Amino acid sequence: MKKPVIEFQNYHFKYDSQKQPTLKNINLTIYEGEKVLIVGPSGSGKSTIGHCINGLIPFSYKGEIQGSLKIMGKEASDLDIFSISKMVGTVLQDPDGQFIGLSVGEDIAFALENDCTPQPEMVKAVKEVAAMVDMGAFLDASVHHLSGGQKQRVSLAGVMVDNVNILLFDEPLANLDPATGKHAIHLIDQIQKETNTTVVIIEHRLEDVLYRHVDRIIVVDDGEILADQNPNELFSTDILEKVKIREPLYLKAIKYAGGAITKDLEPADFSRFRAETFREQLRKWYEEVTLNEEPPEAEPILELNRVSFGYTPKKETVHDVSFTINKGEMVSIVGKNGAGKSTISKLICGFETPNAGKIIFSGQDITNESITERSLKIGMVLQNPNHMISKHMIFDEVALGLVARGVPEAEIRERVEETLKICGLYPFRNWPISALSFGQKKRVTIASILVLQPELIILDEPTAGQDFRHYTDIMEFLMELNRNGLTILLITHDMHLMLEYTDRAIVLCDGRKIADDQSVRILSDPQLIEQANLKETSLFELATKTGFTDPIKFVERFIAYDREGRNHGK
Amino acid sequence: MNKNTLSVRTIVAIGIGAAVFVILGRFASIPTGIPNSNIEVTYAFLALMAVIFGPVAGGLIGLIGHALKDLIFYGSIWWSWVVVSMFVGFLFGLISKKLDIESGEFGRQKIITFNLVQVGAQALGWFLLAPVLDIVIYAEPTSKVFIQGLGVGISNMVTVGILGTLLLTLYAKTRTKTGSLDRE
Amino acid sequence: MANEMLSYIDRTSPIHRLTGATKLVCFILWSTAAMLTYDTRILLFLFIASLVIFYVSKIRLRDILFVLIFILVFLLINNIAIYLFSPQEGVKIYGTGHVLVEFAGRYNMTLEQLFYQLNITLKYLTVIPAALLFIVTTHPSEFAASLNRIGVSYRIAYAVSLALRYIPDVQRDFRNIAKAQQARGLDMSKNEKFLKRVKNASAVLAPLILSSLEKIEIISNAMELRGFGKKKKRTWYNARPFQKRDYTAIILFVLLLIATLLITYHDGSRFYNPFS
Repeated sequence: MKKPVIEFQNYHFKYDSQKQPTLKNINLTIYEGEKVLIVGPSGSGKSTIGHCINGLIPFSYKGEIQGSLKIMGKEASDLDIFSISKMVGTVLQDPDGQFIGLSVGEDIAFALENDCTPQPEMVKAVKEVAAMVDMGAFLDASVHHLSGGQKQRVSLAGVMVDNVNILLFDEPLANLDPATGKHAIHLIDQIQKETNTTVVIIEHRLEDVLYRHVDRIIVVDDGEILADQNPNELFSTDILEKVKIREPLYLKAIKYAGGAITKDLEPADFSRFRAETFREQLRKWYEEVTLNEEPPEAEPILELNRVSFGYTPKKETVHDVSFTINKGEMVSIVGKNGAGKSTISKLICGFETPNAGKIIFSGQDITNESITERSLKIGMVLQNPNHMISKHMIFDEVALGLVARGVPEAEIRERVEETLKICGLYPFRNWPISALSFGQKKRVTIASILVLQPELIILDEPTAGQDFRHYTDIMEFLMELNRNGLTILLITHDMHLMLEYTDRAIVLCDGRKIADDQSVRILSDPQLIEQANLKETSLFELATKTGFTDPIKFVERFIAYDREGRNHGK
Repeated sequence: MNKNTLSVRTIVAIGIGAAVFVILGRFASIPTGIPNSNIEVTYAFLALMAVIFGPVAGGLIGLIGHALKDLIFYGSIWWSWVVVSMFVGFLFGLISKKLDIESGEFGRQKIITFNLVQVGAQALGWFLLAPVLDIVIYAEPTSKVFIQGLGVGISNMVTVGILGTLLLTLYAKTRTKTGSLDRE
Repeated sequence: MANEMLSYIDRTSPIHRLTGATKLVCFILWSTAAMLTYDTRILLFLFIASLVIFYVSKIRLRDILFVLIFILVFLLINNIAIYLFSPQEGVKIYGTGHVLVEFAGRYNMTLEQLFYQLNITLKYLTVIPAALLFIVTTHPSEFAASLNRIGVSYRIAYAVSLALRYIPDVQRDFRNIAKAQQARGLDMSKNEKFLKRVKNASAVLAPLILSSLEKIEIISNAMELRGFGKKKKRTWYNARPFQKRDYTAIILFVLLLIATLLITYHDGSRFYNPFS
């Protein structure tokens, strides 16, 4: 008989600050040594479940609890947060928030320090755990010299050092580039097998988590558990579609081709999935899809000509980068963390001045123009909307830039209202921004840039931290702006985004441009993928597995079909 | 906030508050054109933090933030002024309970209270404490340090009065519980 | 403007080998001595001693040149200000007035004034190196442990560590926010006129502050989840045990402080008067 480690029984929870309960009648048992994935759209309550398990509820977030939750057989309400933290180790989403020590060793030792562990013991334990997460060689490294993936591994070591029984991961993939995310999932798997800990992962990027085996998937929506089953069973239902969780792309392709997925085909694990079954169906679908090739307009709007830049004289962050963006294009700039993507965008907007090279906008050399001058042509939307919002009301926030430019009041009103309508924010115009969701805030920041009427906008990770529904909302909105003539440059490490929404992508690696091609082609080139920390798409593998001679064409058709479907769906 | 031991949240507020104090103190002060007197926006931030997190946090953010700023950027600690930062931070925090900014309400009455206290606190700090410490520690000439204190004090009072009030108002608004908003 | 920060410089020297706590205690003792005394002889001795300690620490001039220049410029301006405000301060202190150069009345340059200003300069020059040396020879990871060891509560000591940890993050956020707001026409940099800058400051401050408050929530949750504040005490991964040289250094500096106080105050005045 398996031993239950987490048991929710008729559990309800309501935050003090909210009217409606966030969790309703949760019944869930997780057994020792299991690996469970909790999925659900934002606001579904999946993070709240996590907070209940690690004790932040009720110790940090106050609210009303009904029913029972047992952790390792003990009623959670009888425990304090410290005893819970001895049993449940949590790896949070934001690696910078969780990494509180100045160096790797120090951060891993944090829990031991708080326990008054003698120093020699601490040093030994830290060494052992660091080796498990491949950070043994970096014990003295400063937090400021680590990548996002390394920080996350340190966070993991920092909870493992306490010999916890349960490891809880709250959106572990949110801040990682694709290859690093893949590595993280592999590492979690390996550690679970070695230590027989129970692993609970909360994440909405389903396909990425399923890179390694998962025992059960729990689907949460609107505070309730909709499904609690084995992944193979889950994929033979339409629950995921209903709650708007992105299914693995290979399964989506098969569904497009009219294939019926059943659990005995083992759809959850791509390496075992019997894709051959659908060979004929896929081929037939492939023949039917038409590609309407639009001749690309080729009037350049932005040109970078041999641009180089370094924050310090000794170290160059961007070397000799040249590319051209044409009017009306939507292009991705991709590459691993630290490849120079953000720096390029800062150079384009004039936040930094290149050491060498030229930046040309609509035929004019703007290399020496100030930020303010360039802001009339180029707008920049930062990744974190909270970094841009300084007003209380939506209207005022969007109007801010116009007010600063001394635009007459009547014109401000007109332009702001117009922009709010375009952005779907008009009904909310008199709302305080603090009442908006993360995705809506993002829209406000986009609106606050659009209102200045730039010809090109640059968005840094426009979909970071958003679930599939919000992701689709934002991207469809950007597509529409693009169709209306706005040129858009996206900085991202989201492969889906690049593949589905931007025909062309520029790949950076260590400050150099290593590719500038169709997104489909880039994601089919193993060498490029490796160099830029990207990840191959399962569509490509599906095509190869089912015997397509030109997998790239297959992927292209899938994207075209998918776009068509979205357009009709709207 | 917590009398006996500081809560974890207060500790973190002190740490992050000190970090922000350092950065604002170094990069966000605006010179007025008169030597040695800048618009130190960082004191508006200090006032906000002290009102949110209480006198102990206010005092420690002033102390740690100012000492670290001096240490990291100038390699030397100007003790007399560090003490004043701690002192005004602490005094700002004394009205934390009375203002109860978490209630989301920061009306005219509270704005007046806040400004009376901040002007009083800074008058004591900059007009009296700073010059006296400068004389005691560094034996600087009396007339010089009092005039200096007067200049810095007045400009900081104005800064906290305008920017501090603005920030507190904005913060209070983010605390408003939004129950029944309707689309129009 | 130099945007550089002083930080730990990794070298092998007897100064580096002392524990952070020792250096902190010595730094405090030294600062106390230098702040209390106004005796020219002691100031001179301390000044020369600090040069020797600097030499021993293997910190080179060019490592700290940018702050040094800043400090020297500051000293110059301060000296001019003192002369402008109080040209007869020296006469007041030392009781005599040997006029060297005649300007208009109260601005006559006296030997006493020059000597007084030399003292002030010397004083700053002895107070400054201690802090400078402390910051460049102490690993930041050792800061908190050191503060805790000399009696500061570990909670407050950890707040200092957090500040050091997040200063670069806050600096990065500040830059991004300021630039992004500038691109919307809200500039608080020196390109704008004074009043506009002040007005625009809130557009930069508000996002920085609100996102920092958010950070506080996340970090305190993370710390709580890892048992911070559970016990009355805590141990430190990076603490170093005291050794003989640490005790020696501390005893030496205590003696230095006592000697300074004795010599300075034995005649009832902080000032050494060569004129009487």
